[in-house]
Amino acid sequence: MVRRWMEQLYLWMLLALLYAPILIIVVFSFTESKVLGNWTGFSLKLYGSIFQTGAHHSLLNACVNTVAIALIAATVSTLLGSMAAIGLFQLRGGRRKAVELVNTVPILNGDIITGISLFLLFVSLGVTQGFATVTLAHITFCTPYVVLCVMPRLKQMNPNLYEAALDLGATPLQAMRKVILPEIRPGMVTGFLLSLTLSVDDFAVTVFTIGNQGLETLSTYIYADARKGGLTPELRPLSAIIFVVILVLLLIMNRRAGQLKKNG
Amino acid sequence: MNPLNAVFSTRKNWVVPYVVFALLFVVLPLLLIVAYAFTDDAGHLTLANFGKFFDHPEAVNTFIYSIGIAIITTLGCVVLGYPAAWILSRSRSNYAQTLILLFILPMWVNVLIRTLATVALFDFCQLPLGEGALIFGMIYNFIPFMIFPIYNTLQKMDRSYIEAAEDLGANATQVFWKIILPLSMPGVVSGVMMVFMPTVSTFAIAELLTMNNIKLFGTTMQENINNSMWNYGAALSLIMLFLIAATSLFSGDGKDSEKGGGLW
Repeated sequence: MVRRWMEQLYLWMLLALLYAPILIIVVFSFTESKVLGNWTGFSLKLYGSIFQTGAHHSLLNACVNTVAIALIAATVSTLLGSMAAIGLFQLRGGRRKAVELVNTVPILNGDIITGISLFLLFVSLGVTQGFATVTLAHITFCTPYVVLCVMPRLKQMNPNLYEAALDLGATPLQAMRKVILPEIRPGMVTGFLLSLTLSVDDFAVTVFTIGNQGLETLSTYIYADARKGGLTPELRPLSAIIFVVILVLLLIMNRRAGQLKKNG
Repeated sequence: MNPLNAVFSTRKNWVVPYVVFALLFVVLPLLLIVAYAFTDDAGHLTLANFGKFFDHPEAVNTFIYSIGIAIITTLGCVVLGYPAAWILSRSRSNYAQTLILLFILPMWVNVLIRTLATVALFDFCQLPLGEGALIFGMIYNFIPFMIFPIYNTLQKMDRSYIEAAEDLGANATQVFWKIILPLSMPGVVSGVMMVFMPTVSTFAIAELLTMNNIKLFGTTMQENINNSMWNYGAALSLIMLFLIAATSLFSGDGKDSEKGGGLW
């Protein structure tokens, strides 16, 4: 009994440690003080000023850029990765191994290598770095994860279904849409959501591919801000909002996953 | 049949767009790192970039120090994460699922915001920023990646091995060292990969957690690239790539660990 109790205590202490920093950010989002850790009375002013155009316009802009890049990158990665998985699943032997190896490279490499290598690519090609290059870079490191999410669904699928559809007169594209797509859709959704979070969270790849045309994402904004010394106070309510949105999204996804399991 | 239909009627061909994309954005950039690393500004072949690295005790020391920090972080994650994974694997499934979700959740907050929150926590507790903060911040950022793979292998483990060992007279310590630990090794290995790789190539986190007092290898790489020392930066990237490749080989069959049990 005591042992069980100690075990639970350990888990919850670890969780408390993980949440302590976030809790501090959330608590101090409700005060106006410029410096984090200085409580100057309850206030919602910071929440209001995020959405004001003007002084913190650039922060809002950075958020919009982050979301736009994430949505485009996740959509393209999901399409590209799902198509790749369907094709890859049919390959055998050396060619399959080669594609699988190339697919693991961005995962193993670490973002800094991916970032520097893409930086060198864009510099060598003479491309001006900006929105397009960041988005391309994000597609590069998101797509492998989509492939990894979709492959297991293909493995679980009855391999004869596609052939059966063709025998019954479906064109290859019809068979793809009516037989394979429904089977891999959960994997695609998972891959899409994973890509979204990877893209929003990325800093290392973004910083090397964003160029110097003044484009900012949330990550680069925070980084530049933190290097200047202080953290813009508005980042506290913003982080708190992001945290709550993610919490809600995750809870919804978890319920969905639970329902999927129940329905077989 | 229109030409598009003809191309996509063979499922193998669906991988082609991704292969073209990966050749351009994964393979070519890596080749560029090699090309830049072995040439000078004028494009002549040279080993000077590597010579410069080995002649600079500061760069070599930073490299070794980064590996040291990564090893300490990885060990810290194993020591703290293994018990948590073990307790979770023995809890009721619903309860474990919820707790796992709670462990994942902080990872969805932007990594820089989390790092700044750690800085805030240290400020709040009036602890000095430095090596201690760095290691705490690194473990804080990466421990979930250690808990999941270990939890996954522990959960899939066949319980009858433990019972058999107990029936044959093994005590709790013996059961752990002779049965549980060896059987959960794949999870530990993929956890180590998922923590060590990103930690060794991390940057920005260290700057923020130590007020620029401690420099890791990632920061050295970034500084050189930013200062237009592309060839030297590429050489440093190549050294990092060798380290990553060596770690992958050391961990043996990278295939099983590539997904590390996944976060989903």
